[in-house]
Amino acid sequence: MALATPIAPENEGALARAIAEAYEAGVPLAIRGNGTKESLGRPVQAAAVLTTRALTGITLHSPSELVVAARAGTPVAEIEASLATKGQHLIAEPPDLSALTGPGEGPQTIGGVIACNLSGPRRIALGAMRDHVLGVRAVNGMGEVIRSGGRVLKNVTGLDLAKLVAGSRGTLAVMSEITLKVLPKPERTATVMLRGLDAARGIAALSAGLGSPFGVTGAAHLPAEAASRAGLGERTATLLRLEDFADFIPRRTQALAAALGEFGPAEILDEGPSLPLWRSVRDAVPLGVGDGEAVWRASLRPSRGAAFAEAVSRAFPARFLFDWGGGLVWVVGPATEPAHRSVTEAVRSAQGTFWLVRAPPALRAAVPGLPEEPAPLAALTRRVKHAFDPKGILNPGRIFAGV
Amino acid sequence: MIALPTPDPSVLARREAIVADLTRLVGAANVIAEPARLKPYETDGFTAYKRVPLAVCLPDSTEGVAAVLRYCTRNGIRVVPRAAGTSLSGGALPLEDAVVIGVARLNRILEVSVEDRLIRVEAGVTNIGVTRAVEGEGFFYAPDPSSQLACMIAGNIAMNSGGAHCLKYGVTANNLLGVTLVTPDGEIVELGGGHLDTPGYDWLGLICGSEGQLGIVTEATLRILRAAEGARAMLVGFRATDVAAAAVADIIGSGIIPVALEFMDKPCIRACEDFAHAGYPLEAEALLIIEVEGNEAEQDALLARLETICRRHDPLTVRIARTAEESAAIWKGRKGAFGAIGRISPDYLCMDGTIPPARLPEAMRRIEALSRQYGLMVANVFHAGDGNLHPLILFDANDNESFARAEALGADILRLCVELGGCLTGEHGVGIEKRDLMREQFSPADLAQQARVKRAFDPGWLLNPHKVFPPEFAQAA
Ligand SMILES: Cc1cc2nc3c(=O)[nH]c(=O)nc-3n(C[C@H](O)[C@H](O)[C@H](O)COP(=O)(O)OP(=O)(O)OC[C@H]3O[C@@H](n4cnc5c(N)ncnc54)[C@H](O)[C@@H]3O)c2cc1C
Repeated sequence: MALATPIAPENEGALARAIAEAYEAGVPLAIRGNGTKESLGRPVQAAAVLTTRALTGITLHSPSELVVAARAGTPVAEIEASLATKGQHLIAEPPDLSALTGPGEGPQTIGGVIACNLSGPRRIALGAMRDHVLGVRAVNGMGEVIRSGGRVLKNVTGLDLAKLVAGSRGTLAVMSEITLKVLPKPERTATVMLRGLDAARGIAALSAGLGSPFGVTGAAHLPAEAASRAGLGERTATLLRLEDFADFIPRRTQALAAALGEFGPAEILDEGPSLPLWRSVRDAVPLGVGDGEAVWRASLRPSRGAAFAEAVSRAFPARFLFDWGGGLVWVVGPATEPAHRSVTEAVRSAQGTFWLVRAPPALRAAVPGLPEEPAPLAALTRRVKHAFDPKGILNPGRIFAGV
Repeated sequence: MIALPTPDPSVLARREAIVADLTRLVGAANVIAEPARLKPYETDGFTAYKRVPLAVCLPDSTEGVAAVLRYCTRNGIRVVPRAAGTSLSGGALPLEDAVVIGVARLNRILEVSVEDRLIRVEAGVTNIGVTRAVEGEGFFYAPDPSSQLACMIAGNIAMNSGGAHCLKYGVTANNLLGVTLVTPDGEIVELGGGHLDTPGYDWLGLICGSEGQLGIVTEATLRILRAAEGARAMLVGFRATDVAAAAVADIIGSGIIPVALEFMDKPCIRACEDFAHAGYPLEAEALLIIEVEGNEAEQDALLARLETICRRHDPLTVRIARTAEESAAIWKGRKGAFGAIGRISPDYLCMDGTIPPARLPEAMRRIEALSRQYGLMVANVFHAGDGNLHPLILFDANDNESFARAEALGADILRLCVELGGCLTGEHGVGIEKRDLMREQFSPADLAQQARVKRAFDPGWLLNPHKVFPPEFAQAA
């Protein structure tokens, strides 16, 4: 990592100028907000660091139009607090992964969360962070300001570069401002909890719940160790969340519990315990990650989640947390190449994908942090990268080595 | 009229050889070349423009699509992808020197998984065909364009189509898990799959809504959802458009997101009532149809809350359905709206701009003024919660001057949408219709960036050319 003082433009014009200068000089830049997501990709070899942390402030919130806009360096917490004053929230409940990744240099920014397309438990019901991106303003690798999308809820005008830039981890363009769809915060939250199911049965229960008409907005399974860390005692916990108007919740929790009768008696957690519990699932805290450990985030069909976990367990002593109805499997294990190969292999046979989100820099530099793309797709990745950043100066090598 | 290119004479001269090659690649049964059989392909839902293509290929496998696309790319022949041909922006309009590649024969359901809440289909399956395949299990496919009986998943993906229920359930992009894409060089790539979220570039997000500019989609994996316990509608008539718009803002601001929130203005109310006799209030200047979901008690509670909100706006009529039949009666007029307008005037242009909902009163006032200025009637029916307007401009197709005025009025309405902070198209796509208006919404740098992404997929600019991009940006690498 470069040691010089980071470049921290205070407005979009300055951001564009900084990148245009780097483009002229052919100087690679490491792109970051407050650096909380350093471990979510390959280490970047760059001559300078460009940070969006000085590009801050909410620029629009229109509650009756369900939109909020903020500059890329605005802390997520600030946006959430501001939305809450009007009874609204970020739909995909982006996680705060500092329990896995360390604290960074400041609070996580909205730009960082969008650039990594990170979503929490509600993703299973209401879409990912990228689904709620209505528009972005960004600067490409030539220092040009580009806009895609806008501030309206429905927009199919032109190629959807906003979605492409979201999730591209700073390798295509540096976002300066983002407009998001938001929703009213539900009045009440409750959890239907089943105990003692193994992963396969737990995921079957989550599937049954998500296939019910009661509006489940969170579906997670905690193995015994994770349940214990979440303060639920030493037994597996299968959790289904309902969020709705307060007067609907009692009937819905009862109906859901009854529909899941074959999985055993259900315990109902009301809002008090539910909110912190889902926050800790969101942030993957129950994984209890320690020194020298790596974390992978596997995404696969829910029905393959349990077999995937078994396959990984045969290779090394792993710990797990299942979210998204079993389709998101957090895996903790030793930060070694053999462990990484086992995860890669198990994901391949489950026909899913993975993301190495925590490991020491040496391992992140040595192994692909996500499945390697087949040749025709890898060629498209290179060509699209070139279309935004012809000299390869934005976060080179961050996602794929050499791109 | 929008300028279409003169066909490349060297390609036209090779027509017979090209047809022979296509026949060799996918078999005579899957190639159409006789003029009489090409005629039905000369246009799409945007019928003002017509061009008979060089030939039509309807491959019955992904490999067949790949073989034809590779052949066309290598030989510098333009290609227009086609699904059901219901595009309202001329997205599937052929060109005389282009081969149309259609997916109509790729129409098999490949897999239904209720436990993983997904369905895998070939891209020529109709939109309604997807819901029919899963409704027996109590599930449905959420994006429900009004054209759902005819339009196909490939077209829905290419246009990122929406429907009346997308305020709650999202548009195609939000319900798409994976696609099989054939790139212009004939490579077959799998994007996404049965899982959520891939940590590389968001290919699905880019392909969705790309209007056949980047490749041809042959298969798709879609999310299916469990249907709600029940749904019921209410209808409210207001004294003025502004008042109805204020009620919409109050509803959304109250924390209730109805599953549908549809708006009609007076000309549209009258047309629908004459046609469907749904009991719509003819004295109202604007009408809202609001639908909520839940069990009986929840529906009652939500409808009562909505009634309280609407009553604050001094409505002329409030009609709350008590049964499914009464809901259907409320929807009857709305569902027949396009047909009803078609009875007044067989020819109309359907605009599709979006505005920030807070600007609705101003937009309606200015559209009315434009309608008077051009001397053409405009009826409005649209998705109010998300500001996606559908002004219908009535004109006479036998009168070229009337059509020219309709096009000019449409362009002014779309410019107005952009000026108010909105966009040219909420769900119908740019196609040929709005190609030249793209300069109103985007800067040259924005369009040049989009064009570079297009060229990353299609360096020869052969795939669905002359659409989406203004001519000065549409250049091969
Ligand atoms: C009466 C009526 C009502 C409508 N209502 C709605 C509505 O409520 N909501 C809405 O969003 N739209 C609506 N539409 C517009 C239209 O139905 C949609 O745009 C639809 O998705 C088009 O599907 P299609 O199968 O007809 O595609 P086509 O018209 O055949 O093609 C549409 C576009 O997709 C491209 N394409 C086709 N196949 C492929 C492929 N395999 N790979 C890549 N690109 C491809 C074509 O080149 C073209 O650009 C309506 C249209 C009509 C006529």
